[in-house]
Amino acid sequence: MAIEQVEVTDFFQRHKPFSDIPQQELSHLASRVEIAYFKAGSPILTFGQDNQHWFVIRSGAVEVFRRDGELYNRLGEGNFFGELGLMRNRPVRFPVVALEDTLVYLIDAGTFNHLFDNDEQFADYVEIEDRSRLRDPSRDKKDNDSLLTAKVEKLIGQLPLILPPNTSVQEAALRMTEEGVSSVLISNEQAPVNQVSTENTDDDTEDEPVIGIVTDVDIRSRFVAQGLDLSTSVTDIMTSQLNTVQSNQYVFEAMMLMLKHKVMHLPVLKNSRPIGLISHQDILRYESQNSLFVVKSIFSAQNVDELATLKEEVHACFSRMVDEDANSQMIGSAMAVIGRSFKQRLLELAEEKYGPPPIPYCFLALGSMARDEQLIVTDQDNALVLDNRFEPKVHDEYFSRLANFVCDGLDRCGYTYCKGGIMATNKKWRQPLNVWEQYFTQWIEKPTPETLLNSAIFFDLDGVWGKKAWAEKLNRLIRQKAYKNSRFLACMARNALLRTPPLGFFKDFVMETDGRQTNSINMKRRGTAPIADLIRVHALSVGAKGRNSFSRLSDVIDAKILPPGRGADLRDALEFIAMVRIRHQAFDLEMNRVPDNDIEPEYLSDFERKNLRDAFQILSDAQKYMKYRYQPGRHL
Amino acid sequence: MFYLDKSTLQDKPDLRRLGKGTDWGGEYAKRQKNARYPGLKRFYAQGAVSGDTPIGEAPLVALDFETTGLNPKTDSIVSIGLVAMTAQRIRCAQAQHWIIKPDTELKSNSVVIHGITHSDVADAPSFNRVLDELLEHLQGKVVVAHHKDIETRFLNSAMKHYIGEEIVFPCIDTMALEARFSRTLKRTFLRSLLGQKTPSIRLTDCRTRYHLPYYRQHNALTDATACAELLQAQIATHYSDEATPISAIWC
Repeated sequence: MAIEQVEVTDFFQRHKPFSDIPQQELSHLASRVEIAYFKAGSPILTFGQDNQHWFVIRSGAVEVFRRDGELYNRLGEGNFFGELGLMRNRPVRFPVVALEDTLVYLIDAGTFNHLFDNDEQFADYVEIEDRSRLRDPSRDKKDNDSLLTAKVEKLIGQLPLILPPNTSVQEAALRMTEEGVSSVLISNEQAPVNQVSTENTDDDTEDEPVIGIVTDVDIRSRFVAQGLDLSTSVTDIMTSQLNTVQSNQYVFEAMMLMLKHKVMHLPVLKNSRPIGLISHQDILRYESQNSLFVVKSIFSAQNVDELATLKEEVHACFSRMVDEDANSQMIGSAMAVIGRSFKQRLLELAEEKYGPPPIPYCFLALGSMARDEQLIVTDQDNALVLDNRFEPKVHDEYFSRLANFVCDGLDRCGYTYCKGGIMATNKKWRQPLNVWEQYFTQWIEKPTPETLLNSAIFFDLDGVWGKKAWAEKLNRLIRQKAYKNSRFLACMARNALLRTPPLGFFKDFVMETDGRQTNSINMKRRGTAPIADLIRVHALSVGAKGRNSFSRLSDVIDAKILPPGRGADLRDALEFIAMVRIRHQAFDLEMNRVPDNDIEPEYLSDFERKNLRDAFQILSDAQKYMKYRYQPGRHL
Repeated sequence: MFYLDKSTLQDKPDLRRLGKGTDWGGEYAKRQKNARYPGLKRFYAQGAVSGDTPIGEAPLVALDFETTGLNPKTDSIVSIGLVAMTAQRIRCAQAQHWIIKPDTELKSNSVVIHGITHSDVADAPSFNRVLDELLEHLQGKVVVAHHKDIETRFLNSAMKHYIGEEIVFPCIDTMALEARFSRTLKRTFLRSLLGQKTPSIRLTDCRTRYHLPYYRQHNALTDATACAELLQAQIATHYSDEATPISAIWC
């Protein structure tokens, strides 16, 4: 029987990851520890030392250093160190020195490895290098059945009705009535199914298994109302160029597709075969207070006052998504869609009020909205691209009014004015397309400190209203010019290094890299923004098309410009930091506080602290790599 | 263990001629010859730690007793806790904890202190049943205790009762050590002028001085461990474990 070390056992019970170990095993563990005392200032582990123990700090505090003497971390009661060497069976790489008088409990390598190999939770908590812990929160939630995390196939009821292209509209109508369905898919039987899965080209010319869809509405408006002959082929009234979803995509993604393309039905494919059809109703039937519902309310609001009342609903939708364990991408893009909808509705209202525009224009969303990474604490960054025929004296009054209407409206709807004045109300950011093209060209070819800051904001741009093709044109210009210009990339990289992550946490403080301690941390400024900046630089260098940080990152990973594994680490770090920020905002909402980005470490769980520390470390390493990669004069 | 002044101890030490300058090697050899009880003979046969062994290399064992009261003549041991250690490591895997059936009545006022009840001791072994094992844990080591007189006197009293023989060994008293460090403080004129009290040398207070965590007292094993940690802290603070011989701190 194990001799009971009461105090040691009690201590373990109070601290993760030991507290999850069954009581009996814990007593056994406690009866095997070794105890050592280190006077403040004395070395605990030295570089190159062969260490066979895992160190858990019982009291006091230690400092962990890099080999070059740079402070790496500061640890206090309940924290641990030395696991790296044990897992890799390597000598000590990070020397440790007692910062205060410190008592440590040591667990021998054999016991540590046994726990590590046999207790998954324990291993997940301890493991640092592998970073797999960062991926865990989503893994824990795999059982969750919510629609936001559910796959599309869950919504599919019966098999879809599929008819060949040579079917007449009358025949289709009969079959639809027989089957009791409101839509039918048209499939080209001549096209063999396999042919589809050959290399995807970037355009839309590949063979589609489904060539079109005909709905009740199509039969009414494109057939009966047009008085066409009964023998008309379904291909004449069908909607072609279909958007489809894969059965293993998230319901959420299907929702976004419907919103984006304003369609009510989506064919569901599995292995290139249509296996079902989901409709707007299918989703709405289950979800009432989701983003679609909010978007619907936005578009039915009759004036700015009504729009402003929807702020609450946006918050409710946000909180609900957090509750349902949606990931940061889902939340970020849902909030961006909502933000975009506000803009669109405000522009409709503005055009009603001031009349149709004298020349075409495109209203731009910039920054987080364009990246589909919007949260609820957000200011408005927007701009106007005007037709090249723009003559200030003739046209500007109209666009100035329009911009003021939209920006004032956004402010009332919860999107505060941009402090840096990056709004369409600012004449500088209300320019014809050719001026914008000059702006971007100049920013890339002759960067100055000021224009670099602009670049960071304007290079995430998306058209939300009007001539959206112009937004695409500007994006194309950025893509084509930036990657060739290594001086510009070097400047962007340097700029992206201005915002550094903190070192981690020590007791209830955030630790800065210079050893200072502060009591709160801005998760946007110190976390998500620096990662987005960093990813943007890499994305520009490989000419990535995406604007969302995750999609940019996957392009960057595909381009293999990062050391192996670093891209995935960065993705997990971004997801984790974003989720801590999101949960913090949701918590503020729940507590009826004004949500913000500032997090006090005392409110973080042990798990969050530990993972945030790791995530910041990943970001810091990634910044170091970026600094190296984009050194001026270095060939990419 | 109980914390009390030396004056409250109610018997006189029999071993007063042994102390700092003792030639433990010779003492052990002599006693090995004279010992009648086989366990005790074996204990001495293992030899004593040489006095010039550096502190850092000396094998130590921290020892603590819980007792039914304060008088070794009328009270007895109810539990024994010990843990093997060095100046660098305390090895919980080499720890032992016994509940002992006392051969005197378990007093309710002591039950309040150590929490060992009548039902706990009902099936417990008597002292002589654990003696051989206890001696094995102590042999070849320097014993560490906080206020060692309690442990040495109760141990000798019990051994005398059961085997009719007593035992001697080199011992480090963390309380005496602490008194040594604080004595210099005590003499300071300024201190008395400022009305500052002599620092307490109770185990918990000593530990606080070295920033050791708070441990609940009166579990013999916990107290032994707490005492072991205190000695590590004292050594780390006041001595060099490579240069100082163990004889500088034993008595």
